[in-house]
Amino acid sequence: MEATTARAPAREAGIRLPRAGAGLGMGMVTLYLSVIVLLPLAAVVAKSLDNGTGSFWDAVTGTQSMAALKLTVVCSLIVVAINAVFGTIIAWVLVRDRFPGKGAVNAVIDLPFALPTIVAGLTLLALYGSDSPVGVSVAFTRTAVVFALLFVTLPFVVRAVQPLLMELDREMEEAATSLGAGGFTVFRRIIFPNLLPGLAAGVALAFARALGEYGSLVLITGNIPFKTEVSSVFIRSQIESGNEAGAAAVSVVLLTVSLVLLAAVTFAQRWGSKGSGK
Amino acid sequence: MTGSSTASRWSLRFLALGYLTILLLAPLVMIFVKTFQDGIGPPIDAITSPDGLAALKLSLITVAVAVPLNTVFGVGCALLLVRHRTRLNWLIDGVINLPFAISPIVIGLSLYLLYGTTGWFGPTLGDAGIKILFSTPGIILACVFVSLPFVVREVVPVLQEIGTEQEQAASTLGASSWQTFWRVTLPAIRWGVAYGVVLTTARVLGEFGAVTIVSGSISGQTQTLPLFVSKEFEQFNLPGAYGASILLAMLALTTLLLMNLLKRKDDA
Repeated sequence: MEATTARAPAREAGIRLPRAGAGLGMGMVTLYLSVIVLLPLAAVVAKSLDNGTGSFWDAVTGTQSMAALKLTVVCSLIVVAINAVFGTIIAWVLVRDRFPGKGAVNAVIDLPFALPTIVAGLTLLALYGSDSPVGVSVAFTRTAVVFALLFVTLPFVVRAVQPLLMELDREMEEAATSLGAGGFTVFRRIIFPNLLPGLAAGVALAFARALGEYGSLVLITGNIPFKTEVSSVFIRSQIESGNEAGAAAVSVVLLTVSLVLLAAVTFAQRWGSKGSGK
Repeated sequence: MTGSSTASRWSLRFLALGYLTILLLAPLVMIFVKTFQDGIGPPIDAITSPDGLAALKLSLITVAVAVPLNTVFGVGCALLLVRHRTRLNWLIDGVINLPFAISPIVIGLSLYLLYGTTGWFGPTLGDAGIKILFSTPGIILACVFVSLPFVVREVVPVLQEIGTEQEQAASTLGASSWQTFWRVTLPAIRWGVAYGVVLTTARVLGEFGAVTIVSGSISGQTQTLPLFVSKEFEQFNLPGAYGASILLAMLALTTLLLMNLLKRKDDA
C-alpha cells in the first residue's frame, strides 16, 4: 500500500511505446469513452433542453418531480449519516479488533456490491414485507426506502475508512494516551482527523449511489407517487408515459449532483494523499 | 488495555456485528429460506423453464461480450494513464469514474435517446436494418457502460506499484514493447486484472436499472436473469423469482470468494 505513493515518481519512464503508439492509444481511449459514455449523456442533456429552459424548469419543479427529488435527497442524507457512523465502527472493528471469523465478516462486507440489486430488493421485501418473519413490516413506506438504501450503500464508508485506519500510526495514539488523553479525546483529536478524507470520499460515493438507486427499491417501496416514489423511479415512469424531455430534465439534475460529488471525491482523495505525506 | 477500553471494545464489536447481521446476513439467509421452503423442485423448474433458460443464455452472452471489451479497454487505458502522463489525464480519469456516480436509470435513458426510434442514431441504424434498442446490442451497451470503470480502477494502482525497472530491463535486453507487455507487464498485473474482471462480471450479471430501460423485457427474448426475476415477481410466480434469485445470489457469493482469494494473492 505504501509503495503506491513511494514509487510514483518512477512512472515517468515506463513501457517505451513509441510516441505515435501513445497517440493512437489516447485516440482509441477517447473514442471508446465518447461512444460508450459521453455521447449517450450528451443526448440526455440535449433532450432535456428540447423545449427550451422554461419547460426544463417546469419538468424539474413539477409537484410530483419535486416530491420525488425531496424524498430521494432526504432519504439519501439519512442513510449516508447512519452508514457513516456504522461504517466507521465496522472498519474500526475489522482493523483493530481480533475475533474468530473476522476474515469471513470482512468478506461479507462487499455483498451489496456483488448481489444484484433486484435480488436485494426481493429478499428485503421477503424480510420486511407484509408477512415479515421478524415482525417488521415496512413495505410501501418511506422507511422501506431507507432500509433498501442502507443495504446497497453499506460497503462504501467501510472500504474507504479501512485502509486509512490500517495506515494510522499507533504511536501518535499511545503518545496522546500517555499524556493523559482519554479514549474519546484520542478518537476526536487524533483518529477522526486522520480518517476524515476517507470518510468524506466514502460518504460522497454512498450519497451518489443512493441518489441513483433503482433496482433494490422498485419492489419494496411500491413506487407510490408523492409517497415512496424516488427520482429514478419517477424518471422511469416519465419514459414509459412518453415524456422523454421531462425524464431527461430530472436526469440532468441527478447528473449535475453526481458530477459535483465526483469532483468532491477527487478533491478528498488528493487531500488525503497530501495528508499522508506524499 | 484498561478495563474501560475492554468494555468499549466489546460494545463496538457488538454494534458492528449486530448491524451486519440485521443488514446483510438476515437478507442473505432469507433468500435461501424462501427459495427452498417448498423443496428444491420449484426453483429448479423455474430456472429450467424455456424463459428461464433463455434469460440465463442472454445473461451469459452479455458477459461474454461486455467483459472482454471492458478488460481490453481497461488494461490499455490504465497503461496510458499511468505510463504516459498528458494534460488530459485528469479528464479521462473523471469520465471513467462517471458510470459509478450516475443512476442506472439515467444510463438506460441515455441509450434510449440515442438508439430509440426517434433517437439520434435510431432511425439511421433502423434503415440499415440494425436494431439496438429492445434487442441484445442495447443490453450489451448498457452493461458495458455501467461496468466500464472496474478494470481500469483495479489495474492503475498495481501498475503504479510495480514501477518500471523490470520493463526497462526487458527493453534494454532487446525486447520489443509488445514482448515487454506480454512477458513482463501483464504477468505482473495479472491479479489486478483478474480482480477487475470478477467485479465487471458481477456487475454485468446483476445490472437491472439500465437494462430494464433498453431491453423491453420480452420473455424468452430480451430478458436477462435480473429482468426475469422482476417479471416473474410481477406475475406472482414467486418460485420463479426466487429460483433465478438464488442462482444470482450463488454467483454473488462466488464473486465474494474470488475477490478474497485474489486479494490475498495480490498481497503475497
